[in-house]
Amino acid sequence: MNEKSGSLIDSLERQGVSRRTFMKYCATLASLMALPPAVGRAFAEALAKATRPSVIWLSFQECTGCTESLTRSHTPTLESLIFDSISLDYHHTLQAAAGTAAEAAREAAMKLNWGKYLLVVDGSVPMKDGGVYSTIAGVSNHDMLMDTVKGAAAVVAVGTCAAFGGLPKAQPNPTGAVAISDLVKDKPVVNVSGCPPIPVVMTGVLAHFLAFGSLPELDKLGRPLAFYGETIHDRCYRRPFYDQGKFAKTFDDEGARQGWCLFELGCKGPVTYNSCATVKWNDGTSFPIESGHGCLGCSEPDFWDAGGFYRALSLPANPLHVAATAVEVGAVVGVGVALANRAGKSAAKAGHETATLADLEK
Amino acid sequence: MSASLSRAVNVLKEVIDAPIASYFNSCVHCGLCAEACLFYTETGDPKYTPIHKLEPLRRVYEQEYTLLGRLLKLVGLSKPVSDAELGEWQELVYDSCTMCGRCSMVCPVGNDIVYMVRKLREGMAIAGHAPEGVVSATSRTIEIGSPMGVKLPALKAQIGHLKTETGLDVPLDLEGAEYMVLLSSMEIINFPEYLNAIAKIMKQAGKTWTICSTAFEATNSGIQIGVSDLARVIVSRIVEGAERLKVKTVISPECGHAYTAVRWEGPNLIGRPYTFKVQHILEVLDEFRNQGLLKTQGFEEERLTFHDPCQLVRRGGVIEQPRNLMNMVSKNFVETSDPGKYNWCCGGGGGVSANDNAEEIRLIAFKRKKAQLDVVKPDKLVTACANCRIVLEEGLEHYQMDLPVVGLTEMIAEHLAES
Amino acid sequence: MDAALFLNWVRGTGLQVAIFIFLLGTVWRLVEIYSLGRKPDLAERRHVPGASGWHTLWRRSIPIPGMMQRSGLTYIAGYAFHLGLAVVVFLFAPHIRLIQELTGISWPALPSQFVDLAAVVTLAAMLVVLADRIRQPVKRFLSTFGDWMAWLVTFLPVLTGYLAARHLLLPYTLMLSLHILSVELLLVLLPFTKLFHAFTVWPSRWFNGDVQGKKGVAV
Repeated sequence: MNEKSGSLIDSLERQGVSRRTFMKYCATLASLMALPPAVGRAFAEALAKATRPSVIWLSFQECTGCTESLTRSHTPTLESLIFDSISLDYHHTLQAAAGTAAEAAREAAMKLNWGKYLLVVDGSVPMKDGGVYSTIAGVSNHDMLMDTVKGAAAVVAVGTCAAFGGLPKAQPNPTGAVAISDLVKDKPVVNVSGCPPIPVVMTGVLAHFLAFGSLPELDKLGRPLAFYGETIHDRCYRRPFYDQGKFAKTFDDEGARQGWCLFELGCKGPVTYNSCATVKWNDGTSFPIESGHGCLGCSEPDFWDAGGFYRALSLPANPLHVAATAVEVGAVVGVGVALANRAGKSAAKAGHETATLADLEK
Repeated sequence: MSASLSRAVNVLKEVIDAPIASYFNSCVHCGLCAEACLFYTETGDPKYTPIHKLEPLRRVYEQEYTLLGRLLKLVGLSKPVSDAELGEWQELVYDSCTMCGRCSMVCPVGNDIVYMVRKLREGMAIAGHAPEGVVSATSRTIEIGSPMGVKLPALKAQIGHLKTETGLDVPLDLEGAEYMVLLSSMEIINFPEYLNAIAKIMKQAGKTWTICSTAFEATNSGIQIGVSDLARVIVSRIVEGAERLKVKTVISPECGHAYTAVRWEGPNLIGRPYTFKVQHILEVLDEFRNQGLLKTQGFEEERLTFHDPCQLVRRGGVIEQPRNLMNMVSKNFVETSDPGKYNWCCGGGGGVSANDNAEEIRLIAFKRKKAQLDVVKPDKLVTACANCRIVLEEGLEHYQMDLPVVGLTEMIAEHLAES
Repeated sequence: MDAALFLNWVRGTGLQVAIFIFLLGTVWRLVEIYSLGRKPDLAERRHVPGASGWHTLWRRSIPIPGMMQRSGLTYIAGYAFHLGLAVVVFLFAPHIRLIQELTGISWPALPSQFVDLAAVVTLAAMLVVLADRIRQPVKRFLSTFGDWMAWLVTFLPVLTGYLAARHLLLPYTLMLSLHILSVELLLVLLPFTKLFHAFTVWPSRWFNGDVQGKKGVAV
C-alpha cells in the first residue's frame, strides 16, 4: 500500500476531482473550522501538497456505525474521497487482508511510518477480567492499543465509544469499558464524539492534521472546538419557540405539528455540543430535530445514562435509584447511634448513685 | 466538686428520653415561649426565655446522644457542660421558673418545656446547684416529715383545737376508711380552716375518712427540687400509709404541686400503679355535689374571682370542678383573663416561694397577676392551693392591694347547709 | 453555554447526592432521636374528650388566647410563609410533575398566577420574619448561626424558583439550575439543622399532647 505515494491533490485528480472542486471544498471546510480567510487559503494549499499519510484504524468495542457514517454516504463525497486518498493501512472492516496477513500489514505500516502515522480508534476498550471481552487475533484491545500507539503521531478517537466510553460503558458497564483518553496519556488525543460523529468533522480533523501537521484547537473534553463550540440548542431553528415558551407536549399534538420546541419531550439540545444543526446529515439534508425528534445528546459523555431520552432536561435524571441505599445506610447509622445511646443510658443507670440529702449541699 | 458534676451529667443522661430529643430537635427559636412566661413578660429580659433555661440539658443531649454532637465534642468544637455553667443557670432553672407549664402550652412545635425543666433540675440538684431554701425545705421534709418542720404533735394540737371549738372529730389512723386526707404544712400552720372544712364536709356527706399519723404531709419538695430519689422517699410514706389503712381514695389537699407529686409522679416514682385512687379535694367536692352529698345554702354576694393553681389546673386537669363549686356558692363569680388551663402563675410555684434568692423577681413577676386582678377588680380572691394563697397574699401586700384571699374548700364549708 | 451543563449536573449528580444525603440523614436522625424511647406512665390516666396527642397534632396550630395580641407578627408571618411554602412546593404544576415522575403520584395544580402570588407572599413573610428576628430582643438572643443559615437556605429556593418561573434576572436555564441547586442545599442541610422540625414537630406535639392528655388537659 505504501507505494501509492504522491500528493493528495494528485490522488484526487486521478479520481476525477478537479482542483476547483477541491479548493471549494477546502474553503467550506476552513469556514466550518472558523479559520480566518488567509489561513484558509494556506490551509487549502498545504492540504493540496500534503502527502498521503499512513493511517492505522483500530476498532474495539464498537458497532461499526462510525465507519458506516464516514464511508457510506448516498453519493460519493469529498469526505469519502479523502478517506480513499489516505493510506489506510489497517482497518478491519475495509481491508481486504485477513488473519495473520492483516496483522502483518499493521506491523509493517507501523515500522515504516514510525512516529508519523495517525492512529484512529473507534470503540471503547474493555478493562475488566484482563480485557477478555474483546480481542483481535488473540490480543486484547488494551494490548493492541498500547502497542500501536507507541509509534503514532497522534490519536483520533472516533465516536462516543472511543471518546468517552459510549454504550459499552453504560451502567452497569459489564466489560469495564474505558475511553481511549483514559489509557493514552503521552500522545495527543482528539475526541470526535457522536454516535456516530458527523463525517465532515472527521475529515476536518484529518485535513487540519495533514495541512498543518498539528491538531485543531480542542475543548475541555478534547473535541475540536470548531465543531463542538456551540450547543445544538444555540443553533437550533426551533430556538425561537423555546424563547417564547412554546413547547410541544406530545409528539402528535398541535405544538409538534407547528414545529415548536421539543425541550419538554426530552430534547438534550441545550446540553449537547455538536454541529448537527449547522452541518446537518445526509449531505446537508437535515438533522434529527428537523425530523421532529429531540436531540439525544449523543456527543456528550454518558449520554446513555443521562436519564430517559424523553424526559425533559429540567426533570431529574433518576435520583431515586439511590433512595434504597440511602435509607439503608441511614438506618445503619441510626441503629449504630441508637445502640451506642442505649449502652450510654444503661451505663448511666448502672452508675446511678441514689441521691441523698448530703448530695444537695455544695 | 467534679464528682457531683459527673453525677449530674450521669443523671441527665438517665432522664433524657425520646420526647426530650424530639423537643430539642423541633425548637425553631421562635421565642413564643418567652411571651408565655411571666418572668419574661414582666421583666422583658430575654434570658428568661423558657427554652434558653434548658441550654445545659440541650448540650448534654447533643453531646451524649447525637452522633454529630459526639463528634463535635471529640474534636473540641462543643465544650462539655461545666460546673460553673450549671451554677450560672441556677437562677434560670429555679429562681425564675415556677414550672407553671404555660410555655409548654404555647410552643408551636409542641415542646413540653416544663417537662424538660423538671428533668434538668435532677442534674442541677445533684450538682449542688439547687437554691438553699429549696434544699432546706427538702431536708426538713425528709428528716422531719414536712417542709415547714411540722410534726405530728402540732397536727394533734390542731385536731384538739378543732374538737373543742366545733365538736368535730378527726379520725386518726382509721383503718378501712373510704378517704385518707392529706394536708400541707401550710394548712396546719397558716390555714387551719381547711381541716375544719374537711371535717364538716365529710360529716355532711356521711363519708368515712381518716388522717394517717405517718403520712399526713402531702407536699413533696423532692419534686420541686427535682430529685426523684428523694421524692420517692416522700411519696412512699403516703403509699405505705394508704395501703396500711386500706383506704379507697387518698385526697390531695389544696396544694398544687402536692397533687402533681402524689397523683401524677407518685406511681412513676415507686415504679408501680397504686392500689388506691388519688383525688384532689376539689374533685371530691365536685363529685359530692354531683351526687347530692354536698348541700350548700346562701351565696356570696361579693365579686369573686378564682386564681387557677397551675399544678392543679393546667398541669393537673382539675379545671371544671373549681368553677362548678364557685358557682355553687357565688352569684358574682367573674373569671380573670386567660382562665383555666391558660392561667398565669402566682409566681411562687415550683419551689420559688421557698427560695430566698427569688424573692425580688417573684414580686416583679407578680405584676402579671396584679394586672389581671386590676381588670377584674374582685372583692375577694379564691384559690385552691395553700402555696398560691401565701404568695398571692404577699404579692398583694407588696403592691398594697387590699384583697382577701380564701381557699375554695373552706368557702364551700362556710356555706354548708345545716343539717 | 455552561448553564446547560450546570443544569445537567444539578438535576443529575447534584440531585442524586442531595437526595442521598437527605434520605440518609433523615432516617439516621429519626432513629437516633426516637430510639431513646420513654418510660411508660404508670399514673392512672384520665379520659377527657379532645385531650390526646392526636388532638394536639392539629390544635397546636392555633394560638392560645392572648398570644395573638402578644406576638401576632410571629403567628401571622409564620403562618403566611409556612402555608405559602406548602402552596409553592406542592401545588405548582412543574413540582407536581416532578413528584409524579419520581413516585407516580400526582394531584391537581393551582393556576400559576396563584402560585406566583403565594411565592411573593412567602418571600415577603420570610423577610418580615427575618426582620423580626433581627429586631426582637428574644429572637435575636436565641438566634444562632444555624437560625440565619436555615432562613437563607429556605429563602433561596423560593426566590430562585420565583425568578426562574418568571424568567427574571438571569437566563431561564441558569436560574432553574440555581433553583435546583438551592433546593439541594436545603435537602442536604435539613436533617442536620433546626429545619428537621419539619419531621419532629409532629411527634413533639404528640408527646406533649399525650402527657397532658393523660391528665385530662387538652393542650
